[in-house]
Amino acid sequence: MINVLPIFILLPLGAGFIMLLSHRLGKRLPDFIGNATTFFLLLMAFSLYFFRTPGTVMLFKTGCLPVNIGINLVLDGLSHLLLLTVNLVAFLITFYSVKYMEKYTKAEKYFSLLLLMIAGMNGVILTGDLVSLFIFMEVAAISGCALVAFGTESEELEAAFKYLVMGSVASIFILFAVIMVYGLTGTTNMADISQSFPVNAGFAKMLITLLFLMGFGTKAAIIPFHAWLPDAHPAAPAPISAMLSGVLIKALGVYTLIRIFYNVLGMTHQLSNIFITLGVISLLVGVIMALGQWDFKRLLAYHSISQIGYVILGLGLATPLGVLGGLFHLFNHAIFKPLLFLTAGSVEYSTGTRQLKELGGLRQKMPVTANMSLAASLAISGIPPFNGFWSKLFIIIACIQAGRLWVAFAAVIGSLLTLSSFMKIQKYVFFNELPARLRNVKESPWMMGASMTVLALLCLVIGLFFPLVVSFLINPAVISVANGTGYGRLILGGF
Amino acid sequence: MVEYLLCIVLLMVGVYCVAVKKNLIKIIIGLVIMEYSMNLLIVIVGYRRGGMDPIVDPGATNAVYVDPLAQVFALAMIAVGLATTITMAAIAMRIYDRYGTFDIAKIRKLKG
Repeated sequence: MINVLPIFILLPLGAGFIMLLSHRLGKRLPDFIGNATTFFLLLMAFSLYFFRTPGTVMLFKTGCLPVNIGINLVLDGLSHLLLLTVNLVAFLITFYSVKYMEKYTKAEKYFSLLLLMIAGMNGVILTGDLVSLFIFMEVAAISGCALVAFGTESEELEAAFKYLVMGSVASIFILFAVIMVYGLTGTTNMADISQSFPVNAGFAKMLITLLFLMGFGTKAAIIPFHAWLPDAHPAAPAPISAMLSGVLIKALGVYTLIRIFYNVLGMTHQLSNIFITLGVISLLVGVIMALGQWDFKRLLAYHSISQIGYVILGLGLATPLGVLGGLFHLFNHAIFKPLLFLTAGSVEYSTGTRQLKELGGLRQKMPVTANMSLAASLAISGIPPFNGFWSKLFIIIACIQAGRLWVAFAAVIGSLLTLSSFMKIQKYVFFNELPARLRNVKESPWMMGASMTVLALLCLVIGLFFPLVVSFLINPAVISVANGTGYGRLILGGF
Repeated sequence: MVEYLLCIVLLMVGVYCVAVKKNLIKIIIGLVIMEYSMNLLIVIVGYRRGGMDPIVDPGATNAVYVDPLAQVFALAMIAVGLATTITMAAIAMRIYDRYGTFDIAKIRKLKG
């Protein structure tokens, strides 16, 4: 079988390029190319589950260089989970964008930037080399920033500038750390670093850890480094908000944190405590700040910070159940947070506003959006049949097993506050009385409804069949995280 | 050792510029300074005492070469930095079109 891994990066790059050249040939051509590309990528990401033997890695070597020198593409359980998540959300979002982006001009530029962002994220997930990880991260971040500024209104431009400045400072810290790693080990291959990192590099290792934590923490929007997120995510067009909140902060932030700290540098007890502290602060402060917001999408953006806090908390526990809960929550959050942003986009598409106080009573006028939003709100608040419940339950049980009762208590409080802020959304947007201004509101087009329905069904199906999902998708990822620095041996030893 | 410290000083100048200055263009320049301090650091890390340019000379038997990989990184990072700078400059131009000023205190509508 030919090695398909490079296709995940080359296909969206090529499709984005061809789209810019050929968009004059037909008005619907960008929509078609975008959807076909992301659908094909989704099919490939899913079908790879039937080709990869569990517990092994799939490797693509550049040229004929030996595996510890060349730049490899690596697919293990963790990468595979993220790859499936990114391409699933990407497909549903391109499908949704077809109608939503009719408000804007230059659909071809939108789709080609979106494909560039997908290529960058797939690259970050698949690469086995620190420098190419950095470059793919910049590709995704810069095209994401251009997409935030896509509407070119004043608010969007300011948000994009702030995002780009903070993102670049974070990137420079990451680059500093990469250079220090290179200086210490003489290699940038992650598998090689994990085997050859000097044991007695106490101070240098501390500095590297700190720089990576600051850099990737900013990309993941953990609380002390979160300031760009509540501006950038609401300012973007709704599908892009969904993409940024749903997968970009995970692929660029959380995935890289896991990969570097578990698989390359090795998890330590202090680091685990730092992760837990940051996670608890993020999940509480994020949700408390969300409670006071009156902008629909800004409220959702603060919830992204809070939910990432749960993921970081679960991963920081460093027990198998904690990691499982963290990764499962990461996957679930990538399903329900895009759904929430898409319903917010649908409300904005039909009514032209996203201020909660100006909305109300949309339940009769927009039944599909209202029901999907209800499903997503229940999922994110952790109400039993939906997927969010199980992952939060795993995290809380893992906290109790690890003997950290206060952390478990904080997680429960965070969940309750989440529920109350989503009750606020349901009340102000879908239940209250219908204002006179919104009498003639219509339901959004069916393509937007279809994307939302698929995501909502996924929330329910994953919740109902969670043992299946855990054993099929999450467990391979947990195994590769728990493998620790054995990651390097697995790759280098394979050849 | 002094070269490494100078790199850190240059990085700090950039950080100061980004954090304190109120002008969009000066913020961009601060970021460029930070990027260049990192490029300098990469090249210094790749330097070997008494090293020659990394083109293998079959005649010289025990010649010392500087690390070519580090120089390649520096080139790649310059390209990445260029992309960042251009995007930021484009956004700054659009902001100038909207407000007629580069002063960050006058254009801040968004709150933390």
